[in-house]
Amino acid sequence: MESRYYEGKVRIPSGCAISGFINRDGRLSDGSAIIKSIATMHDRSNGLGGGFAGYGIYPEYKDYYAIHMFYRDTLIKKQVEEFLDEHFDIINLSKIPVRKTPKIVDEPLIWRYFVKPLPTKLAESQLDEDEFVSRCAFRINTFMDGAYVFSCGKNMGAFKAVGYPEDVGEFYRLDEYAAYSWIAHGRYPTNTPGWWGGAHPFCLLDFAVVHNGEISSYDANRRNIEMYGYKCNLQTDTEVITYIFDYLVRKRGLTLQEACKVIAAPFWEQIDRMPAQEREQAEYLRRIYSGLLVTGPFSVILGYTGGLLAINDRLKLRGMVVAEKGNTTYIASEECAIRVIAPVLDKIYSPKGGEVVIAEVGR
Amino acid sequence: MEIYAKGMESRHLNEIIRSCKDKNIIVRGVNGQRFIACGLDGKDITAYGTIGNGAGAYMLGGVLRVEGSAQDAAGDTMNGGEIYVGGRCGDATGYAMRGGEIYVKEDVGYRAGVHMKQYGEHRPVIVVGGTAGCFLGEYLAGGVIAVLNLKNEKCPVGEDMARGMHGGRIYVRGKVSVPLPVSVTASKARREDMELIRPQIEKFCKAFRADEREIYSEEFTLLQPAAGNPYNRLYVNN
Repeated sequence: MESRYYEGKVRIPSGCAISGFINRDGRLSDGSAIIKSIATMHDRSNGLGGGFAGYGIYPEYKDYYAIHMFYRDTLIKKQVEEFLDEHFDIINLSKIPVRKTPKIVDEPLIWRYFVKPLPTKLAESQLDEDEFVSRCAFRINTFMDGAYVFSCGKNMGAFKAVGYPEDVGEFYRLDEYAAYSWIAHGRYPTNTPGWWGGAHPFCLLDFAVVHNGEISSYDANRRNIEMYGYKCNLQTDTEVITYIFDYLVRKRGLTLQEACKVIAAPFWEQIDRMPAQEREQAEYLRRIYSGLLVTGPFSVILGYTGGLLAINDRLKLRGMVVAEKGNTTYIASEECAIRVIAPVLDKIYSPKGGEVVIAEVGR
Repeated sequence: MEIYAKGMESRHLNEIIRSCKDKNIIVRGVNGQRFIACGLDGKDITAYGTIGNGAGAYMLGGVLRVEGSAQDAAGDTMNGGEIYVGGRCGDATGYAMRGGEIYVKEDVGYRAGVHMKQYGEHRPVIVVGGTAGCFLGEYLAGGVIAVLNLKNEKCPVGEDMARGMHGGRIYVRGKVSVPLPVSVTASKARREDMELIRPQIEKFCKAFRADEREIYSEEFTLLQPAAGNPYNRLYVNN
């Protein structure tokens, strides 16, 4: 990386856009609506990153981990494929189909593998499947220079690139995928370079995060989460939010609501005013996980199997609107991004800072 | 003149509006275009749809009517004129306003009227028909904010309201049950206090067909800076 791109050498005014929706009746929508939604907020990004994640897109392989890979060259591809072959049963592999467009250039090699951990390797590791897959993903991202796992969940997938999000959606032919929930991001990088691996969403297993904002506590959070085996090597602050959710929910067994009370913990003066039982819980979470409190402005959408979660920072320093129409819940940085795909709504509101919004299939 | 704005870029739409010689301009199909009526003076613009961020920013005079909702920072640093929003507003409505009036039929988001100020005859006003988010009137230095709570919500304002307020007035229909900073006093609005905002309440009712009697049916709480120097108790005298 040329030094002129490092933080402090260049300053770009902040932006970023997020959007997402979920059909709570499990109905599938192709990728065209989410592209239309994020494209409405074109001015919030600057062409240095765009991305999507869809859930329910691989029903024929729903029991297999879908590993999406970026490779710098065929040499590293060969090396990673050897590693995958050694650890997994690969039942299908292919290039991720793309539609060439002059607006998306310099693409790496983009591949997809549907895999299951090899029973012998899994037994030997003494880990469960999820942990096994997650450790393999970190191993590739950390030790195999020029290769990045950018998505590794079941029946879901992320698609990201350097470019405006609407062009990225075109490039990945998202109109050919059908999902019950979609999230999207338009990037306007402020502190770190715009590169393929640094575009949102940031994924680990079935978690995918898109984020508008800037994490002031990034380095404190990074140091804390790296103690538990996570590695932040994608040069974008958002990555740490994905790992925090994974750590708190998958490893520590917290509910999503509890995890949000860690990430956007109530202020001490608010805790003081809470009824005894609630206060005790809030205090406990703040004290035990103080290193995972995320400060600075953010609006975040977290995608997971069967649901979407939205949350703002406690002071609500970024815009976010939530709306409902029939069985669909919409979340976006701006109201216009919802109205463009759902002009008439049953309900529209702005959640408060730190307020958790959860929408799930079948609820 | 009538403009159909669907799918039009903000810059293009604003060029058309600015170069239009007509006094009355109707813009249909607005969805998210930014800075509409920015720096506007002497025109009467009606926009249908969801108007984008920074609508009516730096407005000098004239009228902007929104038949729909406004996003963030409507009336940012506005100097004069009137904005009417027939729906809801996003965050930072009337940010650093220095004059003019904003009327919102429904709710406003966080930080409405943050850092509003007044000087001489320039006295900015924000009237909110519904409720207001947290940090209402943060660092308020002048002007008037009124929250009418016409849907009679239990608490029409959020936490941290009037933080750093050292001038101006905030009227809230009903009781204020959130904690207030020490530098601010809350009292029941007296008849003479209400007289000061009567013309604006009349305008609100006329614009959105609200019932004036209903508005006055409940007492208002008035927030003002505690004393001549509200920071007396916070800082050391020198």
